[in-house]
Amino acid sequence: MKRSHDSAAVNSDMIRRPIQRWSPLFLMPVVAAFLIGFVWPFFHGLFLSFCKFKTTSNWEWVGISNYEKALADQSFMYSFGFTALFAVVSLVLINVFAFAVAYALTQKIRGANIFRTVFFMPNLIGGIVLGYIWSMIFDGFLGYYQTSILMDKSWGFWGLIILTCWQQIGYMMIIYIAGLQAVPEDMLEAAKIDGANGWQTLFKVTIPNVMPSITICTFLSLTNGFKLFDQNLALTGGYPFEINPDGSAVRTTEMLALNIYNTFYGQNTASRGVAQAKAVLFFILVATLAIAQLSATRKKEVQQ
Amino acid sequence: MKKLFAILMALAMVLSFAACGQEETPNEPGNEGEGEGETAATGSVYWLNFKPESDEALKAIAELYTSKTGVEVKVETAASGTYSETLTAEMDKSNAPTIFVVSPNGVPTWGEYCLDLTGTAIEAELSTDAYNVYDEDGKLVSIGYCYECYGIIVNNALLNEAGHDVSEITNFETLKAVVEDITANKDTLGFSAFTSAGMDGSSSWRFTGHLINLEYVHEYRDDPEAWGNGAYGPATLTGAYMDNFRNLFDLMLENSTTDRKELANGGFDAAAEFAEGKAAFYCNGNWEYQGLLDKGMNAEDLYMIPYYSGIEGEEKAGLNCGTENYWAINGTASEEDIQATMDFLVWLVTDPEASEMAVTTFGVMPYKSAAESTNRFLAQANAYLADGCYNFAWVTNYQPNVDDYRATAVAAINAYNADPTDANWATVVTAFIDGWAVQYALANG
Amino acid sequence: MKGAFQKEKLGKNLTTVLFVLLSIFYVFPVAMVVVNSFKKNTFVKTETFKLPTAESFAEFDNFITGMTFGGYPFAKSVLYSIVITLLGTALILLFTSMAAWYISRVDSLVCRIVYYACVFSMVVPFQMVMFTLSKTADTLKLNTPWTIPVIYLGFGAGLAVFMFVGFIKGIPLDIEEAAAIDGCNPFRTYFSVVLPMMKPTIISVAILEIMWIWNDYLLPYLVLDRTEYRTIPIHIQYLKGSYGTVDLGATMALILLSIVPVIIFYLTCQKHIIKGVAAGAVKG
Repeated sequence: MKRSHDSAAVNSDMIRRPIQRWSPLFLMPVVAAFLIGFVWPFFHGLFLSFCKFKTTSNWEWVGISNYEKALADQSFMYSFGFTALFAVVSLVLINVFAFAVAYALTQKIRGANIFRTVFFMPNLIGGIVLGYIWSMIFDGFLGYYQTSILMDKSWGFWGLIILTCWQQIGYMMIIYIAGLQAVPEDMLEAAKIDGANGWQTLFKVTIPNVMPSITICTFLSLTNGFKLFDQNLALTGGYPFEINPDGSAVRTTEMLALNIYNTFYGQNTASRGVAQAKAVLFFILVATLAIAQLSATRKKEVQQ
Repeated sequence: MKKLFAILMALAMVLSFAACGQEETPNEPGNEGEGEGETAATGSVYWLNFKPESDEALKAIAELYTSKTGVEVKVETAASGTYSETLTAEMDKSNAPTIFVVSPNGVPTWGEYCLDLTGTAIEAELSTDAYNVYDEDGKLVSIGYCYECYGIIVNNALLNEAGHDVSEITNFETLKAVVEDITANKDTLGFSAFTSAGMDGSSSWRFTGHLINLEYVHEYRDDPEAWGNGAYGPATLTGAYMDNFRNLFDLMLENSTTDRKELANGGFDAAAEFAEGKAAFYCNGNWEYQGLLDKGMNAEDLYMIPYYSGIEGEEKAGLNCGTENYWAINGTASEEDIQATMDFLVWLVTDPEASEMAVTTFGVMPYKSAAESTNRFLAQANAYLADGCYNFAWVTNYQPNVDDYRATAVAAINAYNADPTDANWATVVTAFIDGWAVQYALANG
Repeated sequence: MKGAFQKEKLGKNLTTVLFVLLSIFYVFPVAMVVVNSFKKNTFVKTETFKLPTAESFAEFDNFITGMTFGGYPFAKSVLYSIVITLLGTALILLFTSMAAWYISRVDSLVCRIVYYACVFSMVVPFQMVMFTLSKTADTLKLNTPWTIPVIYLGFGAGLAVFMFVGFIKGIPLDIEEAAAIDGCNPFRTYFSVVLPMMKPTIISVAILEIMWIWNDYLLPYLVLDRTEYRTIPIHIQYLKGSYGTVDLGATMALILLSIVPVIIFYLTCQKHIIKGVAAGAVKG
């Protein structure tokens, strides 16, 4: 990472003064759109998480009871567990494969460019479309056994894992390739001269040097895992359900984002405030992960 | 390179200004296009439709009205199983629907948004008040706009081919005999007894919404008080007739064109199977009538028979007649829009051409001047009633939190289809019976 | 020495073989879409992995029925997807790069607040704002393909501002100072001096925004006036079990039509796309 100057140092009054007069043109469009598209909805949402409401204009303050209900909601806690498991498994698989592929592709093998092109391709296709493509593939296969991906939660789980790996390995691979190409050539040479074998070079020289890429990729795949929505909706839609003896149901492949969505737009309009409270909790979770990433990246940079 | 960027940015600017320009235009046609009608601002109509199968017909009707009067009529159809979700989202918008569907169990949620229809022009056109929905305070929240019937559709030509006739079937025993005879000779006949029963969103409602009515309706007949004599649903069910539901359900699935293990993900076209003569029985309603004729079937081959499921005295059973189609007018809409909507509805039930089109897709409309129905299935439904048979009221309308309730039932049925054991059937019962109590508590809690 | 060399060569050949197999696995799903888009509806389910036979071959019927399938013309969805993606990306590029320059050069308290708010918005998941955002967008009539780019500018500003600020901080001031001494006003300085220098970042941001907006489902689904406007992902979602019957053949044909342009775009701009992704890796 390039060290930038201290921000104050790059400014000079000669440039600052005239621009400041142009602020309506330079700054205002973004600020206005940002207020409309983010700031207002964010605080409005935060406020509504403490209210009971059917439509946004018709609310009633209820304090923290939405949060209590959200945390007591069995389906929410289930989807949290399912999502966390999914995020961790996909994180490990994606990063191991992406690193291995990136490492192999930087070893000057024949056709490296073609492989790179192919592996990255799925990233260009949207989650909904990917979900339906894989739904056809999985059901075409499971059809031989007269069943479907909607029938078993472990199929749904691994189906989502396969889909996510297929989609994201290429993306992470690109980041790893960039990291690997930045490993100083002379360090690798020095290791060779010192008589290190391939594995030793990998673990003692290469990996420490691509640590920033590894940090970025692990957190990226972790937050992606937690935020997964489109693929979940299109591939399993939460099926199969587990039906409790009391008649309530748990959607066994429903992840957090889909659970929040279903609570919001589902039948039971009384639960809309609870859904907003779930969304706030979800935001806190994702933001915490991201802040952890930021501080981890910072620390790594300092060490170098 | 500089030039390229200058061009790119210029393009971006132009596009963004174009965007600002565009923002203004949508409001204008309404005012300018109606230049001749200067007296009052014209409202517009937005109908959030509930039945995907009527979508095309309604859009044609809307176009007809617009071409005749210039009033804008927008018809939007919610995807199957997402009506409440769509309605929720749409009602929060500035151009909210002016017509939407509020069935009796939707009154607690949407009643306050409905215009009181008492004494309105559209109420005056009704030929019966049997399909009126009131709230606790006696406000006329919504009115039925058509009634329909469902049951088991029969292709009698195929039955004759198999050496049977629809008149033989008077109860579950006789139905079962015919069905199993067809299955036994399936290979020589070249067709199956029942069409596929796909469990995806496009088809599962035929079972989780319709077939299950046979369970509810017999509970209702045993204890009408618990159902407010048909005015609302009870908090809990007994499940006394789930075995009968299983009888008929299993008969349909074991004697079908499709292996029941393959049904979960859907993708089947039961109407096509039936029309192409691949199956003799098809579980659906009168709204399929026109489609089947269009696909080349003969009207005189088509019959609809009741859900026979082994209940005592079912020789006197009729079809499922009722409605889940209730017009409510959005009371929070602007006055012009309410007026435009009222005019449109009155036109729809009085204009010969429009009501003809509507009746073709809807079945029978309970309005004085609406067109007569030519639907054979509805005629048969009336014949059953004239014979003194009892009607299966549509108490299925009271399913609480209907989309979630049915989704759970579908999940349970999928597991049962994959492995039809008694234990898995017990889960289906739980989903339908205990699930009712759970969703009822949520919806009314 | 020679042995080691041969061993290495063998290893590389093995890797190549392995990667060829892996590539086949990667291309397989897309190939299946192509194959099944030419099959009649019922055969998609029963013979997913077989090539079309005389019995199952549907010629171009799926593409023809697909055009109007689902009660909405597919061509309209394509048009709206293109409009929204291009307009949204253009707006984001133009205004966020300008704002980023302002923020880096003025560096006042307001600028810092805006900057950190933008960074903060990057970690907020869409579910947090989806309900209120769709309400706000509707009130302000930002629910058409021509106005929804404003929402994208607002909700997508974070990453773009972050990347542009990061780049501008590395640009030496001398050139801008020279322009100022020559009598350029900030408007001219920006468009003739700063903007051309930002080209690599502009391309990176453009790629990331195009990939995001083109494939986005939930935001347009909730914000757009669905009675009139659908984008491609919304259209595909509607095909599944929404209108009476499901036609898998037609669905596959439409999926094919929707990914062909994307793949062409990818193959022609591959270099930039890969660079853009590597540069955008900061987002979390």
